[in-house]
Amino acid sequence: MTSTLPQVTPARSTPRTPERRSQRRRPPIGKTVAWVYLIGFLAVTIFPFYWILRTALSNNYSLIDHPSSLLPVDLTLGPFERVLGLATREQAVAQGGSGATIQLGLYLRNSVIYATGLTVLVVLSSLLAAYAFSRLHWRGRDVVFGIFLSALMIPGIMTLLPNFVLIHDLGLTNTFAGLILPGALFSAFSIFFLRQFMLGLPTEIEDAALIDGLGRFRLLFRITVPMSQGPLTTLALLTFINAWNDYFWPLMIAGNSDVRPLTVALGVFQQASPQTQPDFAGLMAATLVAAFPMLVIFILFGRRIVDSIGFTGIR
Amino acid sequence: MATLAAGTASRRRNNTGPAHRGDWRLAAVLILPATVGFIVFGAVPVFRGIYLSFTRFRILTPPRWTGLDNYRRLLSDDVFWKSLGVTVEYVVLSVVLGLAVSLATAVIMHRLTRSTVVRGIVLLPFLVSGVVAALVWQWMLDPGLGIVNIVVKALTGHNVLFLGSQGWVIPTLSLIGVWKSMGYNAILIFAGLQTIAPQIYEAGRIDGASEPRMFRYLTLPLLRPIMAMVVVLTVIGSFQVFDLVAVTTKGGPANASNVLPLYIYSKGFTEFDFGYAVTMSMALFVLLLTITFVQLRLLRANESDTN
Repeated sequence: MTSTLPQVTPARSTPRTPERRSQRRRPPIGKTVAWVYLIGFLAVTIFPFYWILRTALSNNYSLIDHPSSLLPVDLTLGPFERVLGLATREQAVAQGGSGATIQLGLYLRNSVIYATGLTVLVVLSSLLAAYAFSRLHWRGRDVVFGIFLSALMIPGIMTLLPNFVLIHDLGLTNTFAGLILPGALFSAFSIFFLRQFMLGLPTEIEDAALIDGLGRFRLLFRITVPMSQGPLTTLALLTFINAWNDYFWPLMIAGNSDVRPLTVALGVFQQASPQTQPDFAGLMAATLVAAFPMLVIFILFGRRIVDSIGFTGIR
Repeated sequence: MATLAAGTASRRRNNTGPAHRGDWRLAAVLILPATVGFIVFGAVPVFRGIYLSFTRFRILTPPRWTGLDNYRRLLSDDVFWKSLGVTVEYVVLSVVLGLAVSLATAVIMHRLTRSTVVRGIVLLPFLVSGVVAALVWQWMLDPGLGIVNIVVKALTGHNVLFLGSQGWVIPTLSLIGVWKSMGYNAILIFAGLQTIAPQIYEAGRIDGASEPRMFRYLTLPLLRPIMAMVVVLTVIGSFQVFDLVAVTTKGGPANASNVLPLYIYSKGFTEFDFGYAVTMSMALFVLLLTITFVQLRLLRANESDTN
């Protein structure tokens, strides 16, 4: 894609006056409209995030008097203190909190365990399978791979309830094992994603290592894994994001607050808030805490994620 | 899975030298975790689901075979049909609006800027959970203090019960869904645009084609495979919408937003009517499979069209 750039530059430097003039005359209207659209689009995208921040830094009582203020109303860290359990009940109520507490620290921990555990297992299991499907030659390889890929056709809701019954029968509801296991070992997309990359790796290095007497298994971890660092990181990020944001499955499995992740806890906190005078500031503070790790990932790895979506689109 | 017999056979067949001798044995070990996961949490649950849909099952007592009872009940369940209608409305709105916005955004981004920062920002809503999106929009749409309603009131003179009125709730929910996914889809289409060779447009320009004509007769046909994929993904995703609705309306008012996944969940987990809940998820599965099949057929037809 970047290779097209050098072709464009020389064309631009050749003076072709008539075309240039027409370009200068016509596009402004169209281009202005396009820019207005794009800026509007970006504003709609970003504004809700700003509004979370603005509300989370406001005093919940004062919000009622200045609902349209673009800046935080009576700037305070109170909402964060009360959702993180740092404020006393009296302090919370004085700032318009409901008195309902949310043990955000605990739920953060649960989300971290759930998302990290799932990510490590998915990446490891998919790495092994992808290696077998791309670098090894064995009978039935393509048939098995085809069967695995067919799982992409099955919507999540189809296996959700039977898997709940299974986890229930195993006595694993309200455990991290029950939360993580069903999604941890097999992920058709992940295997496909890594296999596509590994198919493109040169075989010479591996062949040389084999001749030098390095075992296949060692070769996988000493040579193939380092060469696949990029896709492995991308896959880990995508898996982590999905697990962090997951709601339906944890809602079924994690009824107990000891394993309940943030997404589910947010829903519970919202329902605990009184209907007459909801604690919007507290709710938005909790929302921001829940979204924060994703914002960090976005800042650190945004480009990588954007590129990976380009890949999945083109196949 | 790799049988013992496969060993000798593969040695004969894949005679790519000593490098691949004994590969099947290692392969069997390497795909073991994924295979276990596939069988235990993928294949078996599908068949178990099919079985359970023919039973009366309340979790705590063993399932009892009832034949086609659940399916007969499904046909005469008014709430199910209402729920299906609501879901279809949500899906159609999401696909039409989502596709229009994503396509326009992708094309404009492609024309104006290659900035990764812009593309990153566009992607932001995709990174946060549906729960977060639902909560912030519920707050912004609040009839009393929500900023959107304040603006609406300033413009029109009255509030809109976006999530509280039967007419508005599904369009509003689908707009929130579109907000969350439009950036992702725009990036997908953008990636598709980047694969179109600039020479094609040059040729079009030489032939004197106007911008709208080139869009209609060059860009759109060449984008069809990726557009079809975006539609398939959006349809499958929208039919399974859950978190947005569960957090904001819980199906209300008066079942006006009781989408199928929510109805399935409430049957299973508040009424413990598991057999029936599984039956409904089976119906949804068949529906999705049919739609996907039809869409892929269309996609294939289109490919032969342009190539």
